[in-house]
Amino acid sequence: MEPIKVLRSRTVVLPMSNIDTDQIIPARFLTTTTREGLGQNLFADWRYDAQGAPLPEFALNRSEAQGCQILVAGRNIGCGSSREHAPWALLDYGIQAVISTEIADIFRNNSLKNGLLPVVVDENTSRWLIEHPGAEVSIDLESTTLVLPGGQRVKFPLEAFSRYCLMNGVDELGFLLERMTEIEAYEQRIQS
Amino acid sequence: MSRAPQTMFEKVWDQHQVVAETVDTPAVLYIDLHLIHEVTSPQAFSVLRARGLPVRRTDLTLATMDHSTPTRTEQVFGGAPITIDSAAKQVRELEKNCAAFGVELFGLRSAQRGVVHIIGPDLGITQPGKTVVCGDSHTSTHGAVGALAFGIGTTEVGHVLATQCLLQRKPKTFAINVSGQLRPGVTAKDLILGIIGKIGVSGGTGHVLEYRGETIRSLEMDGRLTVCNMSIEAGARAGMIAPDETTYAYLSGRPRAPQGADWERALERWQQLPTDAGAKFDKEVDIDGASLEPMITYGTHPGMVVAITGAIPTKKGDPAFDKSLAYMGFEAGEPIKDQVVNVVFVGSCTNGRLSDLRSAASILRGHKVAKGVQMLVVPGSQQVKKQAEAEGLDKVFIEAGAEWRESGCSMCLGMNGDLVSKGQYSVSTSNRNFEGRQGVGARTLLASPLTAAACAIRGRITDPRELMNG
Repeated sequence: MEPIKVLRSRTVVLPMSNIDTDQIIPARFLTTTTREGLGQNLFADWRYDAQGAPLPEFALNRSEAQGCQILVAGRNIGCGSSREHAPWALLDYGIQAVISTEIADIFRNNSLKNGLLPVVVDENTSRWLIEHPGAEVSIDLESTTLVLPGGQRVKFPLEAFSRYCLMNGVDELGFLLERMTEIEAYEQRIQS
Repeated sequence: MSRAPQTMFEKVWDQHQVVAETVDTPAVLYIDLHLIHEVTSPQAFSVLRARGLPVRRTDLTLATMDHSTPTRTEQVFGGAPITIDSAAKQVRELEKNCAAFGVELFGLRSAQRGVVHIIGPDLGITQPGKTVVCGDSHTSTHGAVGALAFGIGTTEVGHVLATQCLLQRKPKTFAINVSGQLRPGVTAKDLILGIIGKIGVSGGTGHVLEYRGETIRSLEMDGRLTVCNMSIEAGARAGMIAPDETTYAYLSGRPRAPQGADWERALERWQQLPTDAGAKFDKEVDIDGASLEPMITYGTHPGMVVAITGAIPTKKGDPAFDKSLAYMGFEAGEPIKDQVVNVVFVGSCTNGRLSDLRSAASILRGHKVAKGVQMLVVPGSQQVKKQAEAEGLDKVFIEAGAEWRESGCSMCLGMNGDLVSKGQYSVSTSNRNFEGRQGVGARTLLASPLTAAACAIRGRITDPRELMNG
């Protein structure tokens, strides 16, 4: 994973609450055995009509949304299924961060493991972002702040180890493998 | 040495910390049982291959196939091809990976195959005090026996395959205290839908739920599994129920439960698990079980739920609510009863157990599925199917005009092609009524097997109590 320090981008907004992972990537696209190529089916049922043509009114299809790397969503995005295909699809499409007042547990974990930044903000910040699609914001991992266009800085919570891994491109499996002595000792302890 | 009173979750957590968490690093948590299936494992095996790593504990890893598998007998046993090429490839990939890495697999034709969350408890391999994970959010099901069980993503599936451990921050605890006797016609499914309706679809985020109280104690194991199964629908990390005599009677004699002297030792350990008197939960809620009625969802998440005698609520100025009702084709304020039903699905990891099939059959016996309604009955596992057939339940379903299928996740999410058509109303005993969950444009109403069967007979949303004997 590439180290991430700062992400600066315009936002694309999906204001609805409880956007579940079935919407992010519908189940019929999960019969894949790789993690690549899911972006074309991101939000498939909201993005395309029955013939597969893009629906012009859907936020991601608007011309001003092209190239946006930050998705602002209503409360509780990522609820439902544990499919890691959801962050894979977002990243493959080009979304690098998700901002909401609440982000579901498994989706947040899966996002962190893939370098998709889950940013939880307060109601007021969220309302402002939802009302200003296309706002240019930056997410600074060093100070764990979201910087709004007027320069206003909003702190967001980020678990210390995840932050360290994101900023240094550290692979968590490597970290776990380095704990093998402790793991073996634990196994011996519970067997005796 | 006296120690502070602990919740059951804290006891299981403490017993599995290989390395304790610090401000800078999460805990290294040991996993006792890793269940895998075809959808969320291929990319994890690819990581092992790329790094030249073996599966560290094949003896603690068990694989089944359930999501992408066909339910038509000729496709499972008759050599007819799987319709969806990518699904067939995914099934073959799991076979190949399990063979290459030495993981035990219940393959397509195995008599032990089934939905991952049905077979774990059924085999007795899901046990009190264990940590259980699977790349599947409904892993919370296994908490019903007093295990700490939760869903993980594919990256974490790779971590467990390679190290048998996960990096985890300790979640908070949330007691769901349920009192009062459930009325006739009100089941475990109605109870959990009622709980989600009360605490909301993100009410449990960051927490492990513990379901407590006399109502929970009076539930049989199948009902407890249904309750814990839907913990994730309240956003919770996991759901747990303390083991008791019901749990021990359920596990005793199951093929992978401890036997003989091992059973006695296990029992001693398990009896230490329940939450200590005086232990503090981070959050608590009280639920009056006696006031519940059969519940049914009307919207596009499981928190949008009403009593079957009730009306669709009115919420002014909530665009998400309006969008949801528009998707469902419902009007605010109208009764849910007597709405049209096109499809009925009985099955899934929520309600695909033997008692669920008995329950649906008790309503259907001597009746016919309404003209124009498709009813699909999909046992949760091949074992459940065999037991149901030994009791003649298959005949009840077939004579009523329902389809009796081989086991799998099937129409819960339609990955195998068992789909609900656009605009159709499906009363489903599964766990998610999200937009498009059962097929593009499909409209799902979640309910109990009793309610689902009653709806199948009338072709309308029906209170099962109108069709119950006695």
